[in-house]
Amino acid sequence: MAKEAQQQVSYTVEELVAVNPYNPDILADLENYVNEQVSSQKYSLDANLCLLRLYQCEPERMSPPIVARILIKALMAMPAQDFSLCLFLIPEQVQSEEQFKTLIVLSHYLETARFRLFWDEVAKNRSLLESVPGFQQAIEAYAVHVLSLTYQKVPRAVLAEAINKEGLALDQFLEYHVANSGWAIEKSQGRSQLIVLPPNEFNHPELKKNASDSVSYEHVTRIFPVLS
Amino acid sequence: MAAYDADSSAGGDLAYDPNFVPDSVKTFVVHLYRQIRDKNVYEIHQMYEGSFNRLTDRMFRESPWPTAEAVAPYVDGDHVFCLLYREMWFRHVYARLTPTPKQRVESWDNYCSLFGVVLHGVVNMQLPNQWLWDMVDEFVYQFQSYCQYRAKLKNKTEEELQLLRNFDQAWNVYGVLNYLQALVEKSNIIQILEREKEGLEQFTVDNGYDYQGGSNVLKMLGYYSMIGLLRVHCLLGDYRTGLKYMAPIDLSQQGVYTNVIGSHISTIYHYGFANLMLRRYGDAIREFNKMLLYILKYKQYHQKSPQYDQILKKNEQMYALLAVCLSLCPQQKLVDENVSTQLKEKYNDKMTKMQRYDDEASTVYDELFSYGCPKFITPSAPVLDEPLTNYNQEAYRLQLKMFLFEVKQQQLLAGIRSFLKIYSTITVTKLAQFMDVDEATLRTILMTYKHKMHSTDNDGKIVSNADIDFYVDDDTVHVVEAKPTKRFGDYFLRQILKFEEMISELEKVQLD
Repeated sequence: MAKEAQQQVSYTVEELVAVNPYNPDILADLENYVNEQVSSQKYSLDANLCLLRLYQCEPERMSPPIVARILIKALMAMPAQDFSLCLFLIPEQVQSEEQFKTLIVLSHYLETARFRLFWDEVAKNRSLLESVPGFQQAIEAYAVHVLSLTYQKVPRAVLAEAINKEGLALDQFLEYHVANSGWAIEKSQGRSQLIVLPPNEFNHPELKKNASDSVSYEHVTRIFPVLS
Repeated sequence: MAAYDADSSAGGDLAYDPNFVPDSVKTFVVHLYRQIRDKNVYEIHQMYEGSFNRLTDRMFRESPWPTAEAVAPYVDGDHVFCLLYREMWFRHVYARLTPTPKQRVESWDNYCSLFGVVLHGVVNMQLPNQWLWDMVDEFVYQFQSYCQYRAKLKNKTEEELQLLRNFDQAWNVYGVLNYLQALVEKSNIIQILEREKEGLEQFTVDNGYDYQGGSNVLKMLGYYSMIGLLRVHCLLGDYRTGLKYMAPIDLSQQGVYTNVIGSHISTIYHYGFANLMLRRYGDAIREFNKMLLYILKYKQYHQKSPQYDQILKKNEQMYALLAVCLSLCPQQKLVDENVSTQLKEKYNDKMTKMQRYDDEASTVYDELFSYGCPKFITPSAPVLDEPLTNYNQEAYRLQLKMFLFEVKQQQLLAGIRSFLKIYSTITVTKLAQFMDVDEATLRTILMTYKHKMHSTDNDGKIVSNADIDFYVDDDTVHVVEAKPTKRFGDYFLRQILKFEEMISELEKVQLD
């Protein structure tokens, strides 16, 4: 029953954002929705942008903990650019507060693929980040994504640094992906392991479909009168 | 330019009497009123663009037109006509004079009344699209102007501050956004555009006009409000939501938005800018290129138009933004030759500097961004009790700061690109040596390049913007040059349609 009631609320919030977003009365609902996103590991960028816009219009009602949660969820959405989209709406004075400066630094490290520095900084800010479940996994997924864009075969050490795993934990991680994501492991010239990532159009350019030359259906319909 | 207040008749060489209606104005309003009642859209357009501006040049260069109350007797006191007339009245004050604080508020009231009437669905006119576009455009412009005005608190008189306190609902951001959204919703424009894709509507073919005796006003205001919403969201810094409002319009095609040049330019300018901030450089470059080419070809036809200056200004701004996009994401193949020539003339030196990614580059990025960007606003109401400051630049400074931060993050990519151009394969070790960094840093740089050169589109798909790409196999970098994509399909489609047009033209020719 409680779950149904919860689903009822989130359905209403999404509707509100679509139909009546410029309405200061929905501010409390949107704040609750942020907390719901955190606890049930959901995510809605549009609802969060709507809330940030309302904060923009009424700065005295802004809640720093809520904004921090929105930003952490946005970090977890990488490689999507949600974090900067949120920052565009947050005034400079607010951004210079300590916890936001930390989050901005974390985003900077992720944007520039400085994973070592990123995980070090995370370790120093456990309390801030542990409050959002799923953070670790989300960043690991982003790291794997960037590696998949770049590498056909990636050395074990590079992967280890990117996802902050070593030894047994790393082996378990590899096992999982070999079984489920089409990864393979090779030996590289007597040195350590090489992880072979599944081919995609970014690390195997020959796979790139010449999609830009395909013509959309709507455009073809334009010449139907001529052909008949 | 003195600000003319209707209450005082002092100042200037002409004593302005708001109630004096010269004969030419009498004739003008009587004729305009009749044409509107008879729904003669062509004549209305001639009077709106032609006669109004000629009369302004002749008699109202430095003073307002007679008030709506003064002309009302000549048009049967028609309520809606007076609202329309007043809208033109205020627009003229904004364009040629400086509006007083009171006039700013009164103009807001007029828009509320005018949109209120339209939203009630009781307006049964056909007005030229140019006029309807100008209304929405001006509405957003006056909102932007008011936000700038009320953010400059330092030198305000007590009277002005009192006005801000008393009329705190005027140009309230919620009000503005809600009116635009209401127009979109009430007009059903999104459903109309959807149905048009299935062939159930003639909207684009008829250019939004209603040939069955109905009215185009609500429909077209709804349509143009989508562009208005894109613009307001850009001013607030919410680019993603702004772009969402444009989703119903297919920008790869001609449409109603291209038929009025003001709306065409405003759409593409804001669309391109939003994509630039979303790091979708490819999309931004494509759209800016198309628009700049169009302006190059057709601007001569608009020389006499009152919008000519605006067209030129936006043209220059788009060149600046295009220069920025191409420096962050070199994609020369997306740019037409003629546009490219113009671009080189204006910005060749600056683009070279920007692609060096050093401190001087930052200055140039700052300069061009500041020139090309919209006039961002702070939507919150001013705090009128503390020490009064000017905060009208805050919004702009934030967007600029975020943009330059992004540029700085891409600074690492400077060296990489030049090496990728030369080598087809190179080891990580060697490349690191050439770039004077350690291996770990180089791997970081390679991944940054990949991340920055790939953007996420609205559906979450990853799209590559890179002209030069690579992949890494253990410790070797293999460079891949993006194949120039020959768009045969598109080319054939265009030629088929062009030839078909030519053939039907030829068939009409009668040989004597």
